[in-house]
Amino acid sequence: MEKFVTLTSTIVPLPIENVDTDQIIPARFLKATSKEGFGDNLFRDWRYDKNDQPVQSFVLNNPVYKGEILVAGKNFGSGSSREHAAWAIAGYGFKVVVSSFFADIFKNNAMNNFVLPVVVTDEFLSGIFAGVNADPQMTLTIDLENQQITNNATGKSEHFAINSYKKECFLNGFDDIDYLLSKKDTIEEYESLFL
Amino acid sequence: MGKTLFDKIWDKHIVSIVEDGPTQLYIDRMYVHEVTSPQAFEGLRRRGLKVFRPQQITCMPDHNIPTLNQELPIQDPVSRHQVDTLDKNAKEFGVNYYPIGHRLNGVTHVVGPETGLSLPGMTIVCGDSHTSTHGAMGAVAFGIGTSEVEMVLATQCVFQSKPKTMRITVKNRLKPGVTAKDMALYIISKMTTGGATGYFVEYAGEAVENLSMEGRLTLCNLSIEMGARGGMIAPDEVTFNYIQGREFTPKGDAWNKALEYWKTLKTDADASFDKEVVFDANAIEPMVTYGTNPGMGMGINEAIPTLETIEESSRISFAKSLEYMRFQPGEKLLGKPVDYVFLGSCTNGRIEDFRAFAQLVKGKKKAETVIAWIVPGSWAVDKQIREEGLDKVLEEAGFEIRQPGCSACLAMNEDKVPAGKYAVSTSNRNFEGRQGPGSRTILAGPLVAAAAAITGKITDPRN
Repeated sequence: MEKFVTLTSTIVPLPIENVDTDQIIPARFLKATSKEGFGDNLFRDWRYDKNDQPVQSFVLNNPVYKGEILVAGKNFGSGSSREHAAWAIAGYGFKVVVSSFFADIFKNNAMNNFVLPVVVTDEFLSGIFAGVNADPQMTLTIDLENQQITNNATGKSEHFAINSYKKECFLNGFDDIDYLLSKKDTIEEYESLFL
Repeated sequence: MGKTLFDKIWDKHIVSIVEDGPTQLYIDRMYVHEVTSPQAFEGLRRRGLKVFRPQQITCMPDHNIPTLNQELPIQDPVSRHQVDTLDKNAKEFGVNYYPIGHRLNGVTHVVGPETGLSLPGMTIVCGDSHTSTHGAMGAVAFGIGTSEVEMVLATQCVFQSKPKTMRITVKNRLKPGVTAKDMALYIISKMTTGGATGYFVEYAGEAVENLSMEGRLTLCNLSIEMGARGGMIAPDEVTFNYIQGREFTPKGDAWNKALEYWKTLKTDADASFDKEVVFDANAIEPMVTYGTNPGMGMGINEAIPTLETIEESSRISFAKSLEYMRFQPGEKLLGKPVDYVFLGSCTNGRIEDFRAFAQLVKGKKKAETVIAWIVPGSWAVDKQIREEGLDKVLEEAGFEIRQPGCSACLAMNEDKVPAGKYAVSTSNRNFEGRQGPGSRTILAGPLVAAAAAITGKITDPRN
């Protein structure tokens, strides 16, 4: 996978709370057997009306807002465990999702697809929404090495948490399965002791 | 210091801990369904791998399958392709497999416990957030994503950060006419939809101990709806009586040995939780939801909160939710017309739910304005419905029993609620569009669903 070190980008703001994975990708689009193409249906029922016409008021249809960073209200990704939600976000072109709170399974799924979930304080999140309201061209910078997110409109920065194993995975572009496969002996030893 | 039930099972399954990283956790059992697995099997193929422990993997299609005419090919070509892909993968990789129409087919989270595949002390995963259901057996059970399904297929392990622990104690006993579903919706309404995120929950207290196994499965099923990684209940006589003699339960000496171990699976008196929450069962009424997440619930006789009572930062989301449902702040739902009723799903598709529903509709007639989908959670549940004569009761009241599957819970098959219509649903999610684009879902237990099906309106089942 592509390595992730730092990213500076304009943002797409979605100031809605409790965005569930049924909104990120509705169930009727889960029938594919590959990981491709889900980005086209990201936020499908907010993005298109029942005649498949773009809903002009929805942020993804507003040409003013674009970028590789999605910024969403608290408790993003609740509900279903569908990894298709992470595939849809990655497929659309987002590399980072910023929120003040993520649902657990979504967070794991995002990281397993090299989409970085960045948790910020409620105050920092409000600052981003206020900033992008005033200037849609405002940018955020994510510095993974130093675990720092910066609102370039205000110059304010915040530290974010990520465990050092996952950080290494992002910085080097390797995944969990490679690591687990290298531990087969340990797994067999565990089985012989405990099963 | 003592250990919690969760810690006992978790600790026993640690293979290794990555320094300042996740735990490599051994998985005893994985269930696989057709929606979240094709990309995982494809991943194995790409890496040239086999399934590491095929006997510990059980596959069954449930999300896409029709609830009528299952003997015929699936009409929707995309659904059919997904179900066919599971068939091909299960056979190619040599894992346990219960295809459509098999006597052990049904909704994964109904089949696992009722066949004795899910047992106390196990670690259980599935690419499905309602895997929390199996925690009712006294297991550590949680939903995972497709990348993690691939990890388990390849190595029988997943990487997980250890969650914090929470105990939710429900004192006293549920009042008559109040079900396990009402208890769950009540707890979620108090905790909110993200209130248990980061935690693994143990349910305890008199109200929980007095639930049947079916009720416990319903309660644990809904743990994810407050964000919890999982929910569990210490195994006791209710659990042991339920699992004894089931198809895959240990027999003879193996049973006695297992039972001895299972009896140690409880939280020690001096163990401590990261968080403790206590509720009183006397405060719990039959519940309904009024919004678009399961935390937006209330007693059936209560009114929707007014905007002023909602935290300012949440008002936009709250108003958006009510606008979708076409409900007003401050109004009651009692007497509101209902178009659809759904009984079934991994939440309320078990025999006890059909007994409750049948008991209420017995000798009455379904409202003509209501379309009802009555969907057993598995073929085993269907068989028991017929053995107990509940099929006759339901048919006489104007209800048709359909074939098992996830059905209208997420409407991946034909069972879709049309845009703008109201459904009283015994399932688990009232998200926008969950039961079909534009559908409006009111979550409730089987008794509230039965009362709505008879009167065509939101009705207190105790009246």
